[in-house]
Amino acid sequence: MAKIIVVTSGKGGVGKTTSSAAIGTGIAMRGFKTVIIDFDIGLRNLDLIMGCERRVVYDFVNVINGEANLKQAMIKDKRIDTLFILPASQTRDKDALSKEGVERILNELAQEFDYIICDSPAGIESGAMMALYFADEAVVVTNPEVSSVRDSDRILGMLSSKSRRAEQGLPGIKEHLLLTRYNPERVLKGEMLSVEDVGEILAIKLLGVIPESQAVLNASNSGTPVILDEDSDAGQAYLDTVARLLGEEVPFRFLNVEKKGLLKRIFGG
Amino acid sequence: MSDHSFELKGSLFPLSVLYCQDLSAAAVKTQLQQKLAQAPAFFYRAPVVINVESVTQAPDFEAIAEVFKELELVLVGVCGASAELKKVAQAAGLAALQLSKSKTPAKETKEIEAKTEAATAAPVMETKVVEQNIRSGQQIYAKGADLVIRGTVGAGAEVIADGNIHIYGTLRGKAIAGAAGDNQKRVFCHKLEAELISIAGSYWLSDSLQGEYWGKSACIGLQDDKLVLADLL
Repeated sequence: MAKIIVVTSGKGGVGKTTSSAAIGTGIAMRGFKTVIIDFDIGLRNLDLIMGCERRVVYDFVNVINGEANLKQAMIKDKRIDTLFILPASQTRDKDALSKEGVERILNELAQEFDYIICDSPAGIESGAMMALYFADEAVVVTNPEVSSVRDSDRILGMLSSKSRRAEQGLPGIKEHLLLTRYNPERVLKGEMLSVEDVGEILAIKLLGVIPESQAVLNASNSGTPVILDEDSDAGQAYLDTVARLLGEEVPFRFLNVEKKGLLKRIFGG
Repeated sequence: MSDHSFELKGSLFPLSVLYCQDLSAAAVKTQLQQKLAQAPAFFYRAPVVINVESVTQAPDFEAIAEVFKELELVLVGVCGASAELKKVAQAAGLAALQLSKSKTPAKETKEIEAKTEAATAAPVMETKVVEQNIRSGQQIYAKGADLVIRGTVGAGAEVIADGNIHIYGTLRGKAIAGAAGDNQKRVFCHKLEAELISIAGSYWLSDSLQGEYWGKSACIGLQDDKLVLADLL
């Protein structure tokens, strides 16, 4: 039975799509058959991050409306053969999704895939609700600043009250905290909340900490999930995150300020 | 145009009703003296009505009126009187009041029913227990009940109860106790970082809560219409 994981945050621009792409790719790299669904109807982004924007013919809404079948709409990744993307429609809006339609497609995908990653849109409206409704697990992407933490708290409330598991009285959605854009130097200066601060406020298990990194922007611009950039700190942090999501014990890295060596000081870090 | 300088209107007032089996002046005096000794100030010049439902023989109302005068009570009249007794009472200068139908007092009652006694016998309050964190945007209301939260109340969350509120985690959101107007209710929390605390309509914002108890355990109650913070233990 497939595991449905929603990547959500409430707030926009915190790294949901980047994280969805990285986590989905990371799981697929482990040999699990994985599909990433873009729920951000009308603001299609996942295909850009995954570098498959030119191969989008049919989309999620077409499949829901019966205008295309899943095989036609899904895009197979060129780098990892167990990875698929189901892109969002750029021309429709979020009301194009219906609970019944989404359920039917998730059920169909569940026959074939091990992991279904739902990349949620920002906000708490129907699009975001649709993305989280059927989830078994949730990765709550949060930046170390107060407004993002507040919105994550809001989404956590939704997860525990508005999801299928909550409505049917099943065991709750397993919640994970993914802290992105973490900058230990700024935390030390008091400009950012620390891992401990965020953890205390949200009170859920920490899945990973992704350092603020130039590699993320480079990866996005080149259409390569940052997890494939294994030399970068962000790539390594996502690899650790995926390992933890799959149940492995991995120590946290990139939490403290790195001491710069003499060479680094001279040539720049 | 009607004249507003003189009006006669009906109105309802609480009156103490005396139930006494033996309505001889001596017995009434002894019983009343005992009762008054318990709370002399409370009954000073209190209007009293005598229930005469269970009386067969007409008591000496004039003698009883004397006792009342002596004890500084105001005897207003009688209630539950038969047609015959009514006449006797009215002849003695007392009002004959109509008894509301619903209430038939127990025969053995020998005490003045004080209003305060009824109020202190408070009904048992229900308790609503929530075993999880209350997240931003969530609202929990315990109607006619106390509220116990075994978790943290996040910023932007609201917990409301007609009774007391107990929070075993951190209170970062809003807590509204005594929502139905009971100013005796309180808020107890393990760690105080609240946005707002309100008891029976009196409220404090976060700014006023900063200080000695901020970030610590506390109990917040109302005293003379002012919120008062105190140690939890």
